Amino acid sequence: MPDTAHETNDSHGDVDEGRRDFLYMATGAMGAVGAAAAVWPFIDSMNPAADTLALSSIEVSLAPIEEGQSVTFKWRGKPVFVRRRTAAEIAEARAVPMDDLIDPEADDERVKDGKDEWLVLVGVCTHLGCIPLGQKAGDAKGEYGGWFCPCHGSHYDTSGRIRKGPAPLNLPVPPYEFLSDTQIKIG
Amino acid sequence: MSNPEFSNPIVKWVDYRLPIFSMMHHELHEYPTPKNLNYWWNFGSLAGIVLGIMIVSGIVLAMNYTAHIDYAFDSVERIMRDVNFGWLIRYIHMNGASFFFIVVYIHMFRGLYYGSYKAPREILWILGVVIMLLMMATAFMGYVLPWGQMSFWGATVITNLFSALPIIGEYIVTWLWGGFGVDNPTLNRFFSLHYLLPFAIAGVVILHLAALHQHGSNNPLGIDIKKKGDTIPFHPYYTIKDLFGLGVFLTIFVAVIAYAPNYMGHPDNYIPANPLVTPSHIVPEWYFLPFYAILRAVPDKLFGVLAMFAAIAVLFVLPWLDRSPIRSAKFRPVYFIFFWVFLADCILLGYCGAMPAEPPWVLISQLATAYYFAHFLVILPILGLYERPVDLPLSISGGSPDDDAPAAQAAE
Ligand code: HEM
Ligand code: FES
Repeated sequence: MPDTAHETNDSHGDVDEGRRDFLYMATGAMGAVGAAAAVWPFIDSMNPAADTLALSSIEVSLAPIEEGQSVTFKWRGKPVFVRRRTAAEIAEARAVPMDDLIDPEADDERVKDGKDEWLVLVGVCTHLGCIPLGQKAGDAKGEYGGWFCPCHGSHYDTSGRIRKGPAPLNLPVPPYEFLSDTQIKIG
Repeated sequence: MSNPEFSNPIVKWVDYRLPIFSMMHHELHEYPTPKNLNYWWNFGSLAGIVLGIMIVSGIVLAMNYTAHIDYAFDSVERIMRDVNFGWLIRYIHMNGASFFFIVVYIHMFRGLYYGSYKAPREILWILGVVIMLLMMATAFMGYVLPWGQMSFWGATVITNLFSALPIIGEYIVTWLWGGFGVDNPTLNRFFSLHYLLPFAIAGVVILHLAALHQHGSNNPLGIDIKKKGDTIPFHPYYTIKDLFGLGVFLTIFVAVIAYAPNYMGHPDNYIPANPLVTPSHIVPEWYFLPFYAILRAVPDKLFGVLAMFAAIAVLFVLPWLDRSPIRSAKFRPVYFIFFWVFLADCILLGYCGAMPAEPPWVLISQLATAYYFAHFLVILPILGLYERPVDLPLSISGGSPDDDAPAAQAAE
C-alpha cells in the first residue's frame, strides 16, 4: 500500500512541485488580468460621458452689478458667484496674515490683475457641496463677512477663503477671462 | 432529519424529485425553537415581511415613475394625484422604509441585549450588519428618486463624503455622479441600483436564515438548549405568535399611512430640486440621524467621514470586543446598565443629528460620539474581564440539564 502513490507518480514521471505552482500562478494571473480588462468598460461607463464632458462656457455681463452686490450664474450645472467687492472688503481680505489661513492663498492670486473688485468663485462649499449663503442682501455672511455654509457651519472670508468650520479648501476660482471691462467669459 | 410521510400523491411525487416539502417541514415544523422566546423575537420575521412589502410596492411604483430630472418630480405627483391608488402605494413605500428601519433597529438592539451576536452566531450577526448597510444604501438612493430639494441636497452631501478620501476622492465622486454634480446620470443610476439592491438584501436574508437555522435561535435566558423539553416546534407555536405580532404591526402601519403619512418626511421634498439653492436646514431621514451627528461632531472633513463609517464598522467586530461568555443581559448586572446607557446615547445622537450645527449641539454630539465608541472599544472589553455574572439557570425549562420532564418527577 505505501507504494501506491509512488507508483502512480512514477508512471508519469516525478511531479515537479515548483513547475506546478508556476502553472497555477500563471493561470491565476492571466485570469485576473482578463477579468480586470473585462470589468473596466463597465466601470468606465459610469464616468462622465463625452457630451457631459464637452466643456461649456458662458459669457457674463458685469455692467449691472453694483459695488457690494453679488450675483449668481449657472455654469456646468453649478452656481458661480460674482461679487463686486467694496474697498473695505478688499482691504480686509489683504490684511489677513497667511498663518491665519486654513488653505493659505493670497487674495491677489484669486483675482485678475488690476481687477481687485471682481471676485469670481464656484459657489459650492468644499466640505460636502452645499451652496453657501451670502449672495443676497439679507443672507448670513458668516464671521468673516464673505459666505456662510449652513449645512455644517463653514465660514468663508471676503476672498472666498475657508476660515472656520469643516470645509478643508477655499472656494475655487473657475477658469475665466475678461473680454472687456464689463464682460467675462467663464469656462 | 426524519423524512415526513406525505399523504397527498402530488406532494409525494414532487417531493421525491425536488424535496421542497421536506425542507419546509424540516425548517418550520420540526425546527426546534426555544420555548421561552418573548415578543422581541417577532422582529426578525417582521423585517422579512416589510422587505416583501417594500419590493411589491416598489415594483408597482416603478411602473409609473420616470427617472429623468425633468420628469421625475412630476411623475411622482402624477402617481399621487392621477394613478389609481397611487397615493396609497406611494405612502406605503415611503412609510414602509421608516418602519423597516424601526423594525430592524429593534431587532438589532434585541441582539445587543440578549447577546445574540456571540458564539456560535457571529456570522449570523455580521450578515445582519451587511443587511443594514445594504438597507441604508437602498433607502438613500430611493430618497433621491422623487427629485425634490431634500433628494437633491441629500444626494449631494452624501456623495461628497467620498471626496474626503485623499487623492482618489475627487475621481470617485465624479464617477459616482457621472458628471460634474448630481445630475441626470446620477438619477438614472440611482434608480437602477435602487431596483437592484432589495433583491441583494433578499439574498443576504437567505444566508442570514441559513446561519440562524444552523444553531437555532438564541433566547431570553441566553443559554443553550439542553434537552427536548426546552423547545417547541416552530409551527404552529411561533407562526401564530408571529402572525399576532404582524397584526399589531399592520395596525400601527396603516394608522400612520392613513392619518400621518408625511409625519416622518420633510416638507422641503415637495419642492422640486434646485441645484442653485440649498435649503436652509438640510437633515437626512431620521434613521440616518445618529450617524449624521457623528459625521458633524468631528470638525475635520476626512476624520468626520471616517468616524461615521467606523461607527458601523465597529458592529462587525462586536462579537470579538465583548469577551463575556454570558449572552443575556439578564445575568450581567453591569452590562445591563451600560446597555440602557448606550441605547440612550444612540437616541441622543439621533436628536443631535436633527439639530443645527451650533452650540450647544456640537459639543453634545462630540461627547455622545465619544461615548458611542467608548461603549464598544473600552466598556465592553473591560466588562468581559471584570464583571461578575449572576448564576445562570441550568436549563430553559429548569431542573437539571439532562433529565426530561417526566423523569424529573421521578427524581424528586
Ligand atoms: C432585512 C432585514 C432582516 C431580516 C429580514 C431578518 C430576519 C431574521 C429572522 C426571521 C430571524 C429569526 C427571528 C428572530 O430571531 O427575530 C433573525 C434572527 C437574527 N437576526 Fe435578523 N434580519 C434582518 C436584519 C438583521 C440585522 C440588521 C441584524 C443585526 C445586525 C440581525 C441580526 C440577527 C441576529 C443576531 C439573529 C439571531 C437572533 C436570535 O436568535 O436571538 N438581523 N433575523
Ligand atoms: S457642506 Fe458646507 S459646511 Fe458642510
